[in-house]
Amino acid sequence: MIRSRRRKLQIFRYTVFLVAALFFLIPMFASVEFSTRGTGIGAPRTLDSWKLIGSTPELFAAISASLELAVITSVMMLVLVLPTMVWVRLRLPTLNRVVEFICLMPLTVPAIALVVGIKPIYVWISLNFTDSILALAFGYLILVLPYAYRTLDAGLGAIDLKTLTEAARSLGAGWGTVMLRVVVPNIPTAILNASLLSVALVLGEYTFANLMNYENLQVAVAYESLVDPGTSVAISVAALGFAFVLLMVLSVVGNLRATPVGNIGGGMP
Amino acid sequence: MTAAGNPAFDTAARPVSGGRRLPSLSWLGVVPFFAYVGVFLLLPTAIILVGSLEAPDGSVTLSNFGEIFKPFMYTSFVNSVQISVVTAVLGAVLGALLAYAVATGNPQGLLRRMVMSAAGVFAQFGGVTLTFAWLATISTTGIVYQFLLDRGLNMYPGNDIWLYGLKGLGVIYLYFQIPLMVLVFIPALDGIRPQWREATESLGGGTWHYWRYVAGPLLFPSFLGCTLLLFANSFSAYATAAALFTNGGILLPLQVQALMTSETGSSQPGLAKALALSMIVVVLVVMSLYTLLQRRTSAWLR
Amino acid sequence: MNWRRFHRVALAVGAILVVAACGSTSTSGGGSSVDWSKQTTADGGGGMSALVAAAKAEGKLTVIALPPDWANYGQIISTFQSMYGIQITSLNPNGSSQDEVNAFDGTSRAPDVVDVGLSVALSSASKFAPYQVKEWGDIPTGAKEATGLWYNDYGGYMGIGYDSSKVPAITSVSDLLGSAFHSKVALAGDPTKSNQGLNGVIMASVANGGSLDDVSKGVDFFHQLKLKGNYVPVVGTDATVKAGQTPVLFEWDYLSASHGKGVPTWKIFVPSNAIIGGYYSQAINKQAPHPAAARLWEEFLYSDQGQNLWLKGGARPVRQAAMTTAGTIDATAAAALPAVNGTPQVPSGDQTSKASAYVQANWSQAVS
Repeated sequence: MIRSRRRKLQIFRYTVFLVAALFFLIPMFASVEFSTRGTGIGAPRTLDSWKLIGSTPELFAAISASLELAVITSVMMLVLVLPTMVWVRLRLPTLNRVVEFICLMPLTVPAIALVVGIKPIYVWISLNFTDSILALAFGYLILVLPYAYRTLDAGLGAIDLKTLTEAARSLGAGWGTVMLRVVVPNIPTAILNASLLSVALVLGEYTFANLMNYENLQVAVAYESLVDPGTSVAISVAALGFAFVLLMVLSVVGNLRATPVGNIGGGMP
Repeated sequence: MTAAGNPAFDTAARPVSGGRRLPSLSWLGVVPFFAYVGVFLLLPTAIILVGSLEAPDGSVTLSNFGEIFKPFMYTSFVNSVQISVVTAVLGAVLGALLAYAVATGNPQGLLRRMVMSAAGVFAQFGGVTLTFAWLATISTTGIVYQFLLDRGLNMYPGNDIWLYGLKGLGVIYLYFQIPLMVLVFIPALDGIRPQWREATESLGGGTWHYWRYVAGPLLFPSFLGCTLLLFANSFSAYATAAALFTNGGILLPLQVQALMTSETGSSQPGLAKALALSMIVVVLVVMSLYTLLQRRTSAWLR
Repeated sequence: MNWRRFHRVALAVGAILVVAACGSTSTSGGGSSVDWSKQTTADGGGGMSALVAAAKAEGKLTVIALPPDWANYGQIISTFQSMYGIQITSLNPNGSSQDEVNAFDGTSRAPDVVDVGLSVALSSASKFAPYQVKEWGDIPTGAKEATGLWYNDYGGYMGIGYDSSKVPAITSVSDLLGSAFHSKVALAGDPTKSNQGLNGVIMASVANGGSLDDVSKGVDFFHQLKLKGNYVPVVGTDATVKAGQTPVLFEWDYLSASHGKGVPTWKIFVPSNAIIGGYYSQAINKQAPHPAAARLWEEFLYSDQGQNLWLKGGARPVRQAAMTTAGTIDATAAAALPAVNGTPQVPSGDQTSKASAYVQANWSQAVS
């Protein structure tokens, strides 16, 4: 790559990162600054608000429920949505717009309206199958659909899906092998990002759980927030930090997969 | 590059039996997805539809759909569409720039991982905490406002505090729109091959030619799709606005919320559901426009 | 098709399913065969001791929309839990009264009891089970539904809380139009949605020449505030008060009292020419998953102990008059209530609906 172009690119990158860092981190800093304020004018900084986190025992049960839900939802998303998208692209292209619209629908109405429709179904599940909070995974997958579809679509659009699958099939691969060893390794970013979005969505989801009388992480956070004004901000920032660490772990684990077939990414001009 | 709908490949993929496709086997592949979506998305939508036919006194009526054309509903509608379009386009452009900055770096690097994870967290961030974070930053008691004021720069000239209006809400919305764009668009950017750049250069083209004639058009369908997602995301968002505004249902989702959960005796669940359905119609219209645009700009790909 | 009938049938079917489910996993404390969901008084089921035993056997109670710092509910909940060993699940603490009733879904996770505003109590009476606590006679006639479907529990007056270190002392509502209040006045809820918000506007209306039947003066007042730049459309919370974003807040006086925690210089002003009272009401879910515990909770709330706990939270319990006569009132807490000179006015259900309709149609244009 030509040196002047490389330098221009570096300047561009650093400027963008600097501006983005300021835009995204300053409000977080402001929140943390507030949560360490003491009571009254001129009071010294204090971590009291932070120490009040975890004062309710339900918080830990809620955290583990949310984590389980995050895993179940992400796995369901990959197992259900990705093969369907591949299949529609290859075999049923007429359904493309239909699937696209269906996957956009959950995002067109506010969650409170969606809950009204989905609640009778959950009541039926509660009365006939299980009261467990894990049943929420079905509803969460619906909420995740728009993000997952768009991310996977961007990834699938960037590879030559037809050729790759035809080549694999002509070499005798079954559809399982095609999915697992041809498609998946070629769209690592898309799969990772779809999973990141799913996990983040489940960890940040409040409306469904709240209006259906379940207690997940955000519901527990909302309850603890009422203890003290500083705590309400402290616990939200802590929840964000927790999600961030989790996503970092996920992205490290996700990158330990097999190297992709074909030259993708890296060394991008 | 998108191979969907390519007639040459379609023919090759069909089993040879008189040239007619066997539809039933292919359709089996999408049964699980449609079964799941049917129960958990289409059925609830039908339930909402049925509920929207209910008048406050319990009888069946179509009047709810007439109500949604009243003046203050119309203002909410205009406001919602405006803020959704602006935050979608701005978020898409700025997000694409940030995505490009990330994608041109080391794909295994720590910076990329951190930005992706942070984007994941911020993309789903919203509600009271987000509003409060921004209030703590640029309200009249916010640290950035005070910081700038001390140096002689008043963020609110003429005492017009735009933070408390739709402009302020737009800035707050960008906080989750931009990270969302980064996450959904980067897979497309990752698909750019170095060979395209080399090919452009070998033909004598510079950066402008590369983006205008090669990478741009190839990325445009994906970019459009992501913008559509951002539009829908902003259109149905309400928790952040609900924490910021006590000045009534100036956005459609706030109207829906008010009609559903109002405790002052004005809750009208039937009307709320009719409004929610009209939101689906709006997105359907926007999606048709997007489909048209996408078809026109990727015609050369076929 | 008549939807009301459909809902009733659906409710009946749901109730049958729930009762069948409850019946199959009935209380393991074998002896009692009393169906507490049908009892309208404690004596009907065999007296207080039988009620306590049945409640303990159920072991759980689900409440909803009870923030811990709202009229001292935090302490009420923990006291009840330790007194009877019944575990309380507190759902959706930030929910509105309508949310509470919307949560009646017939599952075992539905709330057993609710604490709702008057409008919702009136419109949802068909979902409640009638019950009369031991102290039923102490509740004034106008403050309860005759058969016991709902009954007032505590109330307060709409006040203006303010941080005296940031703004000058307030002596009348029209002070707020002054330049010292630029970008400082807020509401604790959107008047088109929230009971508290609406009552704030009603109070402003009465203080500016309107009445309980005419809320237009209140909307005009806020319009003036907006024109002067004094109105902040942000929802006032503990955090925004402490951060100084909403140093002047229209809210119930007992909620204002809890902001003293974050801001030692917080004061409450109730205008003597506009004392707007608002009472909340208790009700029991007709399909309560834990009917005996629900009834025991009501008995607890209306006992002297429960009423005094509310008093400690700055709210005025409905039995206050009777308890003061009987001498069982917590005198220190009663003395700590903000002084109020004048006759309180309480908007009726009709007046609230009328005001709400006007506000729905005019609020956005007035303050946007």
